[in-house]
Amino acid sequence: MKKLSARRRHPLAALVVLLLALACTGGLYAVFAPADKAQADETAQSLTIEEGKKLYAVGCASCHGTGGQGTSDGPSLVGVGAAAVDFQVSTGRMPAATSQAAQLPDKPAVYSQAEIDQLAAYIASLGAGPAIPTEEQYGPEGADIAKGGELFRNNCAQCHNFTGKGGALTHGKYAPDLEDVAPKHIYEAMLTGPQNMPSFPDSTLSEQNKKDIIAYLDTVNSSESKSPGGLALGGFGPVSEGLFAWVFGLGALIAVAVWVAARTAKAKKS
Amino acid sequence: MSTTTTPESRSRGKAPAGEKVADWADGRLGIYSLAKANMRKIFPDHWSFMLGEICLYSFIIIILTGVYLTLFFHPSMNEVEYHGSYIPMQGQLMSEAYKSTLDISFDVRGGLLIRQIHHWAALIFLAGMFVHMMRVFFTGAFRKPREINWLFGFLLFVLGMFTGFTGYSLPDDLLSGTGIRFMEGAVLSVPIVGTYLSFFIFGGEFPGDDFIARFFSVHVLLLPGIMLGLVVAHLILVFYHKHTQFAGPGKTNKNVVGMPLLPVYMAKAGGFFFLVFGVLAALSAIATINPIWNIGPYRPDMVSTNAQPDWYMGFSEGLIRVMPGWEINFWGHTLVLGVFIPLLIFPLVLVSIAVYPFIESWVTGDKREHHILDRPRNAPTRTAFGVAWITWYFVLLVGGGNDLWATHFNLSINAITWFVRIGFFVAPVVAFVVTKRICLGLQRRDKEKVLHGRETGIIKRLPHGEFIEVHEPLSQEQLHTLTAHEQYKPLELGPEVDENGVRRKVKMSEKLRAKLSKGYYGGESQIPKPTVEEYKEITSGHGHH
Repeated sequence: MKKLSARRRHPLAALVVLLLALACTGGLYAVFAPADKAQADETAQSLTIEEGKKLYAVGCASCHGTGGQGTSDGPSLVGVGAAAVDFQVSTGRMPAATSQAAQLPDKPAVYSQAEIDQLAAYIASLGAGPAIPTEEQYGPEGADIAKGGELFRNNCAQCHNFTGKGGALTHGKYAPDLEDVAPKHIYEAMLTGPQNMPSFPDSTLSEQNKKDIIAYLDTVNSSESKSPGGLALGGFGPVSEGLFAWVFGLGALIAVAVWVAARTAKAKKS
Repeated sequence: MSTTTTPESRSRGKAPAGEKVADWADGRLGIYSLAKANMRKIFPDHWSFMLGEICLYSFIIIILTGVYLTLFFHPSMNEVEYHGSYIPMQGQLMSEAYKSTLDISFDVRGGLLIRQIHHWAALIFLAGMFVHMMRVFFTGAFRKPREINWLFGFLLFVLGMFTGFTGYSLPDDLLSGTGIRFMEGAVLSVPIVGTYLSFFIFGGEFPGDDFIARFFSVHVLLLPGIMLGLVVAHLILVFYHKHTQFAGPGKTNKNVVGMPLLPVYMAKAGGFFFLVFGVLAALSAIATINPIWNIGPYRPDMVSTNAQPDWYMGFSEGLIRVMPGWEINFWGHTLVLGVFIPLLIFPLVLVSIAVYPFIESWVTGDKREHHILDRPRNAPTRTAFGVAWITWYFVLLVGGGNDLWATHFNLSINAITWFVRIGFFVAPVVAFVVTKRICLGLQRRDKEKVLHGRETGIIKRLPHGEFIEVHEPLSQEQLHTLTAHEQYKPLELGPEVDENGVRRKVKMSEKLRAKLSKGYYGGESQIPKPTVEEYKEITSGHGHH
């Protein structure tokens, strides 16, 4: 205590007391005045939007326009929602290398999740659109796998194949393989309909339906899926089976035939 | 053989039990004379002569595994709810046929393995028949007296296609249901009778609830019954005609050089059966085929991409996929040319290879028997036709799998479709020309080898500085093999006027025949094989060249 009393006449003592007092009042204010929390969040959000806007200006504006209004190289982003941004940017489809390709392939993401959230917040601020889904919406709890399979065959298999192995569309476009695609991204794709895919809003496929489909895909088309009959041969059906039968089946049998024919009882030469 | 006991045999005591049984059977079946006539039957040795065996054995395996499957399969379209052991299908509505196939796959002991052997063996059976048929084609083994057996074989291939089609349709899964829908569409496109035929096949509007039971009867009874009869007839004719052989020293049109059926071929063929079974079983244990649990039950309102038939029907899929969607509407009727034209080309593709032997024998006018096989290069026109046909078939297969070509080679499906449309007409012609050139090149090489010997790769320097490569003369056997083939002369039409100066009437068909014959055997279609004089002149000279 001697130390403290010795310094109470220090020129900066008043400042320290003032800071302590401010911290106390501020702390007390924060504890006792939660009603204004929203406003504080809004500040945080407007900061996020600001950050997103900066990222947007650098990475996206050249094609989508300075205010997200779109140009001849990229569509308008007003009203696409945070879900679309999260899907396109975190699967690496955006930023695109070119706008001339038949389709934008998925590739490693360029932005971190924090940056993606900032971009998403900015785009969402341009106009109302679907929000990023929560784990509760796409998680496996309460999902009916069999129902999901039925829904998948009815709504998705036309392009994505029976178990989501992917398929061809016109002019070099394609429906991608869905193996190990994150449940969140599948949900967002259904919600927003990226590229050639139609969108399935909740009025078409309910939240529960989407959950079922995601659970089905997770069962039949992930790197942990079981194939009870052996090698799945890509899961593409009879074309790959026919190729396998010709190359390995008939190939092996002809090799065996050559082997058998080469081993023959030789007539003794006299 | 006689069953009278001679004093000599009595002195040896009682005959062994086996001999007694054989004697008993001979008295009733005459097996001794059958065995005497056939046990020493000679078969030549070549791996390509075993391709037919692959087909025979896989056919037997298909029958055996198929019988097992019928014990558990329910050919019924009654709707049931699934509560078996495959989780992702729990509670789904499906036909009994689909459910029993799921049960075979998951709840019957060994069911999935047997199912997979049955299906893989079917693919191999058809692929084996295709290759076997091509072996017979390219070596000219279809010539007299084997034309009927060629047709039997061809019929087996076509029946095999439809047995396969009716077979993979039985599980009533989404994939095969789409195939049946495809077939229904083709039937409907037939003018006037199409709708009647469709109603007849499905017992009313598609899909109805009859066709699984009907396809089942066709698949397990009708078609296999006919095929079994044809297989037996095919084998009897092989025995009766004796097997063909490649040219070689000591091999003539009147003998067969090889090994006897007993014991050599009995052992080899018996062993080969088990090898084929082993390969098929291993294949079925390693790789899955038609995983119907992934495909789901058939519902007419559903469809998936990658909906293709098994490979042997793939060319018909290609025909449909690349055909422009033409149709003609008149007086309230629609003629769907986009489907009907492929339906007409489908049999044309198959028949064009089946009738070739008859066209060739008409053009050559050759009525003799042939038991010595041709080397493909020595029949350039036939070989070129065969390769052109395979190319045609393959182009259509590409069309049938256009989506997988697109996704796996990063191509546009539209570009592939156009490639197939143009290739359908152009590729066989290109293949024909190229193959013929290659055959002639190989004939020239053979001639060169006969006259100048084999290139040894040894370079010798002569005293005056010239470098030459030493050629080693071929053995007598090799010389014989390379020159044994016969070369035909093109058909001559004869003089335009007869001895009285009257113009002879030449039929159009004769003119065509002469033209084709010139194409077959004219100066540009075969390299004259070296003559004895040429050979002597060259080999008697000093050194080479």
